[in-house]
Amino acid sequence: MSIAVTTQIICFSILSLVIIVGALGVILLENIVYSAFLLGGVFLSVAGLYLLLNASFVAAAQVLVYVGAVNVLIIFAIMLVNKKEDLNPIDNLRSRRFISTSICLTLLSLLIRVDLSNIWGLSDPNKSIGEESTIRIGEHLFSDYLLPFEVASVLLLMAMIGAIVLARRDVMNKDISTGLPVDQELIEKSSEPLLIKKN
Amino acid sequence: MNLESIPLQAFLIISSILFCIGIWGLLNSRNAVRVLMSIELMLNAVNINLMAFSSYIDNNLIQGQVFTIFVITVAAAEAAVGLAILLSLYRNRVTVDMESFNLLKW
Repeated sequence: MSIAVTTQIICFSILSLVIIVGALGVILLENIVYSAFLLGGVFLSVAGLYLLLNASFVAAAQVLVYVGAVNVLIIFAIMLVNKKEDLNPIDNLRSRRFISTSICLTLLSLLIRVDLSNIWGLSDPNKSIGEESTIRIGEHLFSDYLLPFEVASVLLLMAMIGAIVLARRDVMNKDISTGLPVDQELIEKSSEPLLIKKN
Repeated sequence: MNLESIPLQAFLIISSILFCIGIWGLLNSRNAVRVLMSIELMLNAVNINLMAFSSYIDNNLIQGQVFTIFVITVAAAEAAVGLAILLSLYRNRVTVDMESFNLLKW
């Protein structure tokens, strides 16, 4: 990276602060819409970290895929299911919170201990290919990672078809093999229409 | 302080913290959308880890960056299918409360 070390450290501190505060906001804020927008901020800051690591292509992919697609999808889902509802209180919430928090803190301390105590075999920074990483990724994708690359396209197709099948509303009203009418209650619970006219 | 660059450990600690925040959110959220967001946070933590290792330990072959591309692909597919499942769940239960999705519970 051609930026001075001090600048890098300042950028890194700001980005990591945004990541941690944003992530805490995502899981702690009451309003889920704020959470979704904070999630977009976290994704953008992660893309900034990738830029600090000399990976401009992955940073661009992160912005395009996460901020442009996943986050927008999440916001759409929130708009579709965002209904004010009073959640029933669950018993022993306090002990649940306690157990989950202690599990997370234990895991965190374990991970940080491993991070700090292990001696990482760092490679020579002079060998770094630096800004050429995009070329190298292309070489990888079309030589030794060709099979995973092609399988990924099949996976995306499957995910697309699967999402459409799961989310579409109309269901078959006749059994294909027997021709008998299908019990709609099994497939879709009869309920009030979700979009009620306001008047 | 005289550093040649940001230490690798700094990236690893950030990703550990992000991963643990993701797990906490996964365990404690009652809104199903927030559970999906927590999963995305955890995937991002893993990605930061892979990118840091590829930049500091494998800076000539950068296989970690290729892995990150694949993780991003799978995460996009996961988000699409997850939100579709969420929509059909909402259609059946008219709620997004995780506590009410107990059809497969004994």
